[in-house]
Amino acid sequence: MIAAILGGDVQLFHELIRPYERRVYLMALSFLKSEPDAEDAAQEAFLKAYRNLKNFRGEARFGTWLVSIALNEARSRIRHRNTIRMESLDESPETEGHVSPALLRDWKEIPSEALERKEVRSLLEDAVTSLPSIYREVFQLRDVEQLNVNEAAEVLGISIGAVKVRLHRARMMLQKILAPQLKQAVPKRRRWAWS
Amino acid sequence: MVIDCKHVWEHLSGYLDANLPEDVREMVEKHLQHCEICSAILDSTRNILILTADERVFELPLGYSERLHARLDEELRRISD
Repeated sequence: MIAAILGGDVQLFHELIRPYERRVYLMALSFLKSEPDAEDAAQEAFLKAYRNLKNFRGEARFGTWLVSIALNEARSRIRHRNTIRMESLDESPETEGHVSPALLRDWKEIPSEALERKEVRSLLEDAVTSLPSIYREVFQLRDVEQLNVNEAAEVLGISIGAVKVRLHRARMMLQKILAPQLKQAVPKRRRWAWS
Repeated sequence: MVIDCKHVWEHLSGYLDANLPEDVREMVEKHLQHCEICSAILDSTRNILILTADERVFELPLGYSERLHARLDEELRRISD
């Protein structure tokens, strides 16, 4: 399809990007934390992808390449906002110690139906958004967008080991934040089960 | 070899991704069999990963796709003019 677009059938670009619309937007959102800014950055990323399509070599998967462009676009906008220095204060280097999870004695599964509630969706979204960016970007790529470890490492330009370490910390941070909150927010069914 | 809870926590992510070396996986599993705290941490983490991966959590803004393709159309027309 890429060859056909480069050959002049430019309308095919619409079809080419359709499967990646969500992924690119969410990547931008996880950085910019504002829906209008994320949408604008996502549009710009797709436009840049179109303008640079001839440079896509096919060594990476197209989706991975697109996400890299979105990531660069979002990072560059963050730099413009001048908030990068503030955010870096939250970031722990790879060498720092482990993250302790929330200690529980029991966990009754929260079913996906709980996501029908806006309150529960907001808890999850806010928790992911609150992660320091080096953890948030890895989590977003691996656990939300379901990229594999190699693809996430390629997009972020870091080693596979660093992806695993950051992902582990991101997951533990989320467990620490969310496990107590979810237990409180979805108590009905479990109040009986735990009694 | 017996490992304590803190060491098990360090391996939970690898355990969920099924990429631990065989000997470590066995140690973690053995620990999980008798430690209700680590089992609850594992279960809650797994549950949270399932929930956050659900498309309902991160929703696209209404009309996002239409606006994107309209802007692309403008660009395609501009370039071909």
